[in-house]
Amino acid sequence: MGDQDHSLGRRRFLGYVLAASTLTVAAQLGEVAAPERAEAAIPSLPEPAEVYDLNDLLTDAALPTANLISIQLNTDGTASFALPRAEVGQGVTTSSAMLIAEELDLPLDRVRVTLADARPELLFNQLTGGSNTTISTYTPIRVAAAIARQRLLQAAAAQLGVAVSTLTTSAGVVSSASGASIGYGALAVAAASQTTLLVSVGLKPAAQFSVIGTPQNRVDALDAVTGRKQFAMDLSVPGALPTMVCRPPTINGTVRSVQNLAAVQAMPGITDVVTVATGVAVRGQTFGQCIDAVRALQVTWGPGTAEGASDATVLQELLAAELPLVIPPLPLLTQEVDTRFTFHFASNSALEPNCAIADVRADRAEIWGALKSPIVAQQTIAAALGLLPTAVTVHVTQGGGSFGRKLFHDAAIEAALISRAMGKPVKLMWHRTDDFRQGRAHPMATSRVRATYSLGNVVSFEQRHTSVGTDFGHGLGEIITSLVAKLPVADLGFSETMFELTQQTPYEFGVTTQLLNEVDHGFNTGSMRGIYSPNVRCAQELVVDQLAAAMGQDAYRFRRQFLKDDRAKAVLDQVAQAGDWGRTMPAGTAQGIALHPEYHGFVAVLAEIDCTPATVGRQVPDAWTGPRVTKVVCAVDVGLAVNPRGLEAQMMGGIMDGIAVALTSGLHLENGMFQEGSWDEYFYTRQWNTPPELQIIVMPPTTGVPGGAGELAVAGAMAAVACAYGRATGTMPTSFPINHTAPLGFVPLPTEPPIPQSPTDGLSRAY
Amino acid sequence: MPQHSFILNGTQVTAEVDDDVRLLWVLRDVLGVTGPKYGCGLGVCQACTSHINGKAFNPCSVPVSAVQATDEITTIEGLPATVGKDLHPMQEAWLTYDVAQCGYCQPGQIMAAVAKVRQARAAGHEIGDADFDEIRNICRCGTYHRIREAITAAAKEF
Repeated sequence: MGDQDHSLGRRRFLGYVLAASTLTVAAQLGEVAAPERAEAAIPSLPEPAEVYDLNDLLTDAALPTANLISIQLNTDGTASFALPRAEVGQGVTTSSAMLIAEELDLPLDRVRVTLADARPELLFNQLTGGSNTTISTYTPIRVAAAIARQRLLQAAAAQLGVAVSTLTTSAGVVSSASGASIGYGALAVAAASQTTLLVSVGLKPAAQFSVIGTPQNRVDALDAVTGRKQFAMDLSVPGALPTMVCRPPTINGTVRSVQNLAAVQAMPGITDVVTVATGVAVRGQTFGQCIDAVRALQVTWGPGTAEGASDATVLQELLAAELPLVIPPLPLLTQEVDTRFTFHFASNSALEPNCAIADVRADRAEIWGALKSPIVAQQTIAAALGLLPTAVTVHVTQGGGSFGRKLFHDAAIEAALISRAMGKPVKLMWHRTDDFRQGRAHPMATSRVRATYSLGNVVSFEQRHTSVGTDFGHGLGEIITSLVAKLPVADLGFSETMFELTQQTPYEFGVTTQLLNEVDHGFNTGSMRGIYSPNVRCAQELVVDQLAAAMGQDAYRFRRQFLKDDRAKAVLDQVAQAGDWGRTMPAGTAQGIALHPEYHGFVAVLAEIDCTPATVGRQVPDAWTGPRVTKVVCAVDVGLAVNPRGLEAQMMGGIMDGIAVALTSGLHLENGMFQEGSWDEYFYTRQWNTPPELQIIVMPPTTGVPGGAGELAVAGAMAAVACAYGRATGTMPTSFPINHTAPLGFVPLPTEPPIPQSPTDGLSRAY
Repeated sequence: MPQHSFILNGTQVTAEVDDDVRLLWVLRDVLGVTGPKYGCGLGVCQACTSHINGKAFNPCSVPVSAVQATDEITTIEGLPATVGKDLHPMQEAWLTYDVAQCGYCQPGQIMAAVAKVRQARAAGHEIGDADFDEIRNICRCGTYHRIREAITAAAKEF
């Protein structure tokens, strides 16, 4: 298409052509819309200068280009982009490449997206969380790519001696009306600028999209299926030998003394043993020898931060801290439902355990890890090592899952401190058992919901969510947040703010109040594919089912009647129709339907569950079977799905998480320690729990602007499964996961030594 | 230091390492073959699943001394060569169905899937839901449904 078509008469955006040897373009993260006299304006930095000064981070704050993301055109006709976000499986490298391919008119396979190192000058703009990547980068990435295309057209026009308006671009080639053509690669040098230029550009209208909104496979899929995709522990950093930590028998316990340090240091393959704040670190030739050394260590431990705590003691704390309801008793004829739900601790452990490589020298440090908040990691590690942040290089590696865990840099800072103590590079990996027991957990919470109704209307809807404190110290909002979170006075207010910012009730239920209170900060916590939503919304949807039943209405039609938003009604209608809502089902089986709005998106889930004794009692060795979700139908509207295939994948994963937290996945807290220590004890959804039937419907674009997708399905699926379970069994579940109060489905591993030995009989199980 | 020899992805290799070190660490830490991933070291998560003489197994649960010089160990890196192609049909199906999310468990999933198809065949049936329910490999991203679709498609191609 011609350049005039591309931009005429539309809103323009500001960006840069950077001084570089080949064409390099950039746009500012954050607000980029050009004002009327765009060329005269210099975009301001997004945050107060005193923040920079306070942290003494930015040496080049005066540069107008400090806050940019940039795309480079290479002479081989490819484009390169270092995304200042983490890729942990959610597909942002693919969707970002799609945005560039779209605006640049370049085939998708010629766009190379890598992950940027920590860039402190980006301040608030290098955090991967809150399902926010596509929302925040959708326009800036396109602006940069559109500027690149504009420059390529100008360079081609100069070479061909024709007007830009007579040229078109397609598949990485500029073509003229007379049939001449030049590839982008041949223009990469000519289109470059010797000085940095501020320019404005228009963006392609949605009607002309040929990449955005089309299903695309992941750009890293080939690497993933061939084993070539490299995670932190696959990197070969000179001298960085396997390293593990012997951890305490209670949460955050401390080392008092080590009885046999010299003997362990003399064990086969072991090079170093040192005591650090979190335990006793061992470094050796292989991780297997590190496991042997950890198990051999004789350590006297001091108390931790949750001594003696159990599910029961935490529940008592939560109940005592529940904030009062504010709606006074209502007149005669007003009836109420009033239910309290309990959500137990759950692990956000990814399959790639906490891990990082660190090479700390006297004057500098280098870190490799999957970090969703690398700037905070860099600052914290620098402070812990007594180095300037500029002396700490943080490389963001591909992540083997996150689910909230990799917002934190627990392994990275631990690796840095061990490397300094040993004076050697280390490749630190947490054992799986440690990852469950000492790693972060989604906090235990209760949610009381009271709703009143009268004459066919819901008059009031109140929710009091009471939770073990959620750690936001990873920098949700980066620098300022990390400072605020350190102030005890401000912490509570911040959590309440987060709760208010993220939680909503999608129904017209009269006077609605939702409040959070937090207790007990002795645990290592974090979000888990959502902060509060899965629990808060599951509680709400169960009460909605109760209200519908009490008012004699169908659960789907009741929801539809009270929903505020037409987009919500549309996804709900979609699953009710596609999932044949209300069909006759055998005893012990049932449907559940639920809706969830978040991050400018809507999801509806219809789940069918089988709670018949034959299914619940089915036997799989070393597994939790229980009720089986047999079918899920999901409809999702995120406004604009950049990559519908990627969005389907996010829904699929979210549904598996929702099934897990509803039915099987919980941590049992006993005597200051979690009992679960392996994937056969922490029951995340396995193939035998997977619904044989799964249908995901991506709604056509509604708003034209992408919303968040990573967390959306978890709450909807958890709620739908819980509602289905309640209908199938005739008893509304009030404790999650529903198997939590059943007898433990495993024999807990010992806490000393803290990790189990690897089996030796693997060949007998070969198949 | 004892020496241990076996056939790794078609090539005879020798590693100098203590007898009781599990094969996973010999592959990853000594020989630098990183396709098999660590997910638990307990034979539970199956992320390290590879093949020994064509059968799926977990190298995290086998001491290197239990592997014989004539044993053929195949990791994800060596899978395509077993069919003489650039990619095994199972890997092709994985691409077609865009199965991988983070990708960490996927080498193990693919190696398990190939063995599972063969196992079903040896038992006289094509792979189906009952077989899928037996696959123990964890995928924390929850790609289970696409795994089932990909295996079903790939089973027709080899």
